Amino acid sequence: MVSHDDVNYVAKLARLKVDSTELDRFAGQLSSILGHVDKISELDLADVTPTSHVIKLSNVFREDAPRPSVERDEALANGPDVERGAFKVPPILEA
Amino acid sequence: MKYEPVIGLEIHVELSTRSKMFCGCRVEFGGEPNTRTCPVCLAHPGALPVMNRQAIRYLTRIALALDCEIPGKSIFHRKNYFYPDLPKGYQISQYDQPFAIEGELHVGVEGEIFRVGIERVHQEEDTAKNIHAGESGRIAGSLYSLIDFNRSGTPLVEIVTKPEIHSPQAARAFLNKLKNTLLYLDVSDCNMEEGSLRCDANVSLKPVGAEELGVKTELKNMNSFKHLEKGLTQEIARQMALLEEGGKVVQQTVHFDVASGEISPLRSKEFAHDYRYFPEPDLVPLVASAEFVDEVRAEMPELPEARSRRYMETLGLPEYDAEVLTSSRNLADYYEESLGHYQDAKALSNWVMGELLGYLNATGQELSDLKVKPGQLAALLKMVDSGGINAKTGKEVFAEMCDTGKDPSAIVEAGGLAQISDQSELEALIDKAIADNPGQVEQYRGGKQQVVGFFVGQVMKATQGRANPQAVNELLRKKLSG
Amino acid sequence: MNLLRLTATEALALMEKGELSSAELTGACLSQIERHDAEVSAFLKLTAAEAHQQAAAADAAAGERPPLAGLPTAIKDVLCTRGVTTTCASRMLENYDPIYTATCVEQMTAAGIVSLGKTNMDEFAMGSSTENSAYGPTRNPWDLERVPGGSSGGSAAAVAAGEAVWALGSDTGGSIRQPAALCGVVGLKPTYGSVSRYGLVAFASSFDQVGPLTKSVKDAALMLKYLVGKDPLDSTSVEYPETVMIPEDKDLQGVRIGVISELQTEGIDPAVKDVFDRAVTTLEAAGAVVTEASLPHSQYALPAYYILAPAEASANLARFDGVRYGFRAGGGDDVTAMYEETRSRGFGEEVKRRIMLGTYALSSGYYDAYYGQAQKVRTLVVQDFEEAFKQVDLLISPTSPTTAFKLGERTADPLTMYLSDICTIPVNLAGLPGISIPAGLADGLPVGLQIIGKAFAENDLLQAARGAEMAIGFDGVSPLIEGQDK
Ligand SMILES: [Mg+2]
Ligand SMILES: [Zn+2]
Repeated sequence: MVSHDDVNYVAKLARLKVDSTELDRFAGQLSSILGHVDKISELDLADVTPTSHVIKLSNVFREDAPRPSVERDEALANGPDVERGAFKVPPILEA
Repeated sequence: MKYEPVIGLEIHVELSTRSKMFCGCRVEFGGEPNTRTCPVCLAHPGALPVMNRQAIRYLTRIALALDCEIPGKSIFHRKNYFYPDLPKGYQISQYDQPFAIEGELHVGVEGEIFRVGIERVHQEEDTAKNIHAGESGRIAGSLYSLIDFNRSGTPLVEIVTKPEIHSPQAARAFLNKLKNTLLYLDVSDCNMEEGSLRCDANVSLKPVGAEELGVKTELKNMNSFKHLEKGLTQEIARQMALLEEGGKVVQQTVHFDVASGEISPLRSKEFAHDYRYFPEPDLVPLVASAEFVDEVRAEMPELPEARSRRYMETLGLPEYDAEVLTSSRNLADYYEESLGHYQDAKALSNWVMGELLGYLNATGQELSDLKVKPGQLAALLKMVDSGGINAKTGKEVFAEMCDTGKDPSAIVEAGGLAQISDQSELEALIDKAIADNPGQVEQYRGGKQQVVGFFVGQVMKATQGRANPQAVNELLRKKLSG
Repeated sequence: MNLLRLTATEALALMEKGELSSAELTGACLSQIERHDAEVSAFLKLTAAEAHQQAAAADAAAGERPPLAGLPTAIKDVLCTRGVTTTCASRMLENYDPIYTATCVEQMTAAGIVSLGKTNMDEFAMGSSTENSAYGPTRNPWDLERVPGGSSGGSAAAVAAGEAVWALGSDTGGSIRQPAALCGVVGLKPTYGSVSRYGLVAFASSFDQVGPLTKSVKDAALMLKYLVGKDPLDSTSVEYPETVMIPEDKDLQGVRIGVISELQTEGIDPAVKDVFDRAVTTLEAAGAVVTEASLPHSQYALPAYYILAPAEASANLARFDGVRYGFRAGGGDDVTAMYEETRSRGFGEEVKRRIMLGTYALSSGYYDAYYGQAQKVRTLVVQDFEEAFKQVDLLISPTSPTTAFKLGERTADPLTMYLSDICTIPVNLAGLPGISIPAGLADGLPVGLQIIGKAFAENDLLQAARGAEMAIGFDGVSPLIEGQDK
């Protein structure tokens, strides 16, 4: 059900690398899980409204009052590669 | 076949709230990199967003100013994609239930008013800033990039027009009108250079009269009015040439190079975007009740049209004056503040449109840079009216006020510029001029009335322009005839 | 007195009377850790020095003691603790030092707890056995060949082994209740929204909830009391509508309990079913009015969950990109290559599987078929509970379909592992409170009884759970504690 192309596509979207053995394995496992998930298609859901939040809340705001930011050293402390007060990354080829 | 361009604009506006959209970090331009960040806008594990109430008020103002329908309930979605300036790996934005829809804005271009439909207005958050290191400073060929998260999470409102704009000039006029409106609303500083107002454009061509739209391309990030107009002109020309050769327009994002004026496809890998929108579970729905919308409506500042109408109706200004004065909120505010000190609306309008705008144009300054305060301008005009100085001197004094910021009275006093109206002083000067120029006296007496101008000039020269022109004129006629 | 058997409530009483010091109790936990944690592996990080200091401070404090003063507590490594490495049992966060502390941990700290350290878990809380930890599995104190359940397996095992008086866990699809059941302790998942999620590293945001793993129902109530509250930093948290009460020692007279029929048959191990049935009889004997109840769509809960939770997870885990913190793999020539290397090497197998599953379910062309439909099933599950609660006050089922299974037994087939949560997942879909209490032993291994309450009715739930606990009278402890008895 889930093809190698599907796995490659999804892996690319999720920025994961899959080698050929993983490709087989993931395709098989995802197929089996989705096979189970397909049980849902037994249900007639045409008139059911979707639920994305179980709590009935709306309009939770904060006031527009600045709070202190963290010290820059702290912001950068966990950075794998830091230069001139900023996070450094390899060149961005994709626009 | 004759083609006509079809343009739709997507405008991103950074709101000038005090704090960011979903965290308490300060909103400011510039500053040392990564000095305004926290777990939320750095997307540390476990951090959560909380909506800024003021941002939603600003959003509501924009929606109202654009005559939008506000359906009431809107929700936030996650727009998923990877990019180093997007710390969470998704942007919190609105998707299929935006805050406002179906609005419009009326724009004048070359004396004609046209309507542009607004598709949607929604709330989202800004990304961080990438600084590309390498020879060009541009993304292509950079060796690495540095990321500054100060901007990350700044409230951003996206405004999408319908594809109802049909020329680069109209696109420019639309953006200008929108910017002016946003400035009136006091929701953003709309600084295109600093990126607080950004514009993308969709462009396609269709045969004149056809219903169906052609294939469109997207022009990204036109960072000034000029670039928008130029870029669109170039892209339309490119598409036109392509179609006339029998070619096809390819749907893609194109880049307009400001320096070369060239259009080139933006390098984009083979991969199409698949944003996988889904409702943001960390936020709850946003419900704009009628009361809330009314509350915001009540605090809405007067918009340019209303202000212009008021200038015509209650101040009696001509339409042209009213339009010019309300073309920016700053200018209209300046005008009205001056009017608080000086009552002749039309005379004031003449000065503002003539001298003041002239000075700004000539020097390339912004009104906010101007050293002359509204009260000082009013004082100057009063001096002219009361005959303390003449109009010509007034203009010179104004120029000096612009340069120095000094009060007009101080300038007049220091320069001895007060107008000479004293009868005896003027008579002495006139007598001298008559005595020195017997030939011209002959001409006058021979019936050449216009020689009076020559004598006025002599007296003005002698007084360095300070003589009261009316008084000189009267005295001269009397003496020359006598 | 075996200090390792003490509940938090008992320990507090003794400390208040001056018959026990926090230093003694903390010392006893740390010694037990020293003795057994090499085999149990409940902890990923110990903060022994700080624990001793905090205990000493609790003992030295004059005047009124903070409400939870001196109680040695284990914290699941999914909660951010400033200055104390927080890994989520992932290689991705091996050296991650949070720059802030989770709200719930701050609240507990303000209430006086002693923090022993961070406990093991399934990586990013994805799993039901704690085998998906980048740092090796935790073992069940009742049988070291077996799993403790998951994902809060480290917290459950720490409590079951007497290594902590109680522990903090998190529950997305059963991650508190299932390990509590497998380790013979009490585990409570509070109503969605009652405990702040700020600082809880997100797995599936619309399901995640922090809660207690304890030795008794009263302890669960006691901890809950200091966990609940609206947090201005979490938009989905609410002001808890009432004061959390410590349950009284009362029977179940008149309590209407519904046995969920759909969770009695398919996939439930007969030995578990036996213990459960006996528990039901016991509850009836204690005065409960027991009837059958139906959740007709419960069989669709697991499929819906395995769309919705991975979908949310796929976005929640996008932030682990090697830019601002955490692991970064070298060798990426451009930023996309860096992302791919980093995420492929930083995440474990199960995490990658769920990211792929969630990405697939959200991707263009599949959203409606999967995500959209699953959200609708969620609605049906919510409605099922609403209907059921018209007839009864509480619902019950086994917590887990089996007792603790052997290490490695289910790792080959993800779907089999997912089925461990069939009884607990419907509760998360509906955001309701659920508790697991020990119901007895099957072949020497603990079996859990799950009790489900109405939203924000934890007081009723805990009172009934206390009644059930008294009626069942389970007093078993793991051999690791028993061995210390004298
Ligand atoms: Mg946008
Ligand atoms: Zn921030």
